[in-house]
Amino acid sequence: MSLMTEVGQKAFNLGVPIAVHMDVTYRCNERCVHCYLDHDDHGEMTTDEIKGVLDQLAEAGVFFLTFSGGEVFMRRDFFELVEHARRLMFNVKIKTNAVMIHEEEARRIRELGVDTIQISVYSHRPEVHDAITKLPHSFERTVQSIRFLREQGLRVTIANVLMTANYSDHAGVQQLAAELDAQYTLDPTITPMMDGDTGILALRIPGEELQQVFRNPMLVENQEEFCAPPKAPSETDLEGYPCSAGHSFCYVSPYGDVFPCVQFPLPTGNLRRQKFLDIWNFSPQMQEVRSIQAKHLTVCSSCSHVGSCSRCPGLAYMEGSMRGPSTADCEKSFYRTGVPTANMLRLGLSKPHSTTGDTAHLIQIRPVAVPA
Amino acid sequence: MPENCTYIARSSAIAARALAGEMMVMNSADSTFFTLNEVATAIFQAADGRTPLREIVRDRICEQFDVDPGQAQADAEQFVAELSGHGILLVSNQPLSSEPAR
Repeated sequence: MSLMTEVGQKAFNLGVPIAVHMDVTYRCNERCVHCYLDHDDHGEMTTDEIKGVLDQLAEAGVFFLTFSGGEVFMRRDFFELVEHARRLMFNVKIKTNAVMIHEEEARRIRELGVDTIQISVYSHRPEVHDAITKLPHSFERTVQSIRFLREQGLRVTIANVLMTANYSDHAGVQQLAAELDAQYTLDPTITPMMDGDTGILALRIPGEELQQVFRNPMLVENQEEFCAPPKAPSETDLEGYPCSAGHSFCYVSPYGDVFPCVQFPLPTGNLRRQKFLDIWNFSPQMQEVRSIQAKHLTVCSSCSHVGSCSRCPGLAYMEGSMRGPSTADCEKSFYRTGVPTANMLRLGLSKPHSTTGDTAHLIQIRPVAVPA
Repeated sequence: MPENCTYIARSSAIAARALAGEMMVMNSADSTFFTLNEVATAIFQAADGRTPLREIVRDRICEQFDVDPGQAQADAEQFVAELSGHGILLVSNQPLSSEPAR
């Protein structure tokens, strides 16, 4: 077990929120076709409010802090927030489209000691990338910004979200990442809109294509083990918890709402009215999320995949129950191993069936990190 | 100022947080990650750039932990040398500035 994993496990066992994802704005200069956010400003926290939240997060033991959005640089005070966070000695990661990062911004990011900058690149073909972001010349600007950041010696990760419009381009983006000396991660996760609208799920890539991703040695390490049929669940598997959401991780929205995860829209409290630790420790919703072990899952507890499935409780919640199955993860387990899940068998399906009722396929896999 | 006085300060390039009495420290420049035990954490937290290392060892280590002063000083100097080699601590014979560690 690596030291990092050991520390993560310790935080999980102690109930310390070691990592927080904070969206500082939902506003954005791009209009990506797959984005789940409402980009209007409905009352973002002020500079002082966010600084106050950061103070509370530091006191609560948060170490890993991800600033994201929206586009973080839409906030004119963004550097002031990063500066405050670094003064509090957080390990800071920034997720951005990088369009607004020039030489001066890149230099400032380095001076502030930011750990990593994660940047979305959808294709190595400018016309495909720009068609997804709906911002002309965004590919050119993003790639130029990555060069500025790399010139400063900063660690850059290119996040390649796969969808119907670009799923054949991952090799090209991976090559581009190598040319730019950036890390590469692939993520075929498309989530419903925050208001529950599932229309954008039609952009998810077909399951058969996902099979190819799972079997691509350039994208998946230890492929044989990764795609092996599931082992019979042990008692330890059934005593286990689904993920770190609500245990050692949570999400803070630009309006001060606290959720177990960025992909788990269960409101647990608001930082404009409550202290962070009061929400973290005493929110009934947070406590409920924390109480769920694999043995409590209505369908998945009897599934052969329960010990190895990446079932996301947030996606399950969006489907209707945080104790229920996440169809997207059922499909992932099926296409990864070829073995049907308990949820599929329950529904009498020999292969996954979309819950959107149209031709869309529900595919979700967690990001796969591949060395550049 | 005593002769051979050593001052230590935390680098502004690092991230650090206490977890159950142990300090997690990460240097963003090379992503090296450490956890410090209770004694090392006490030295790290006292590394304000103004307090000489000898004083830190005397007041924060020897007073709180049952250790031989000579051995504690030698161990502290080795620890400081190791962390300064990773860019976590700055070392000088003059006072330095440092951020407070939580």
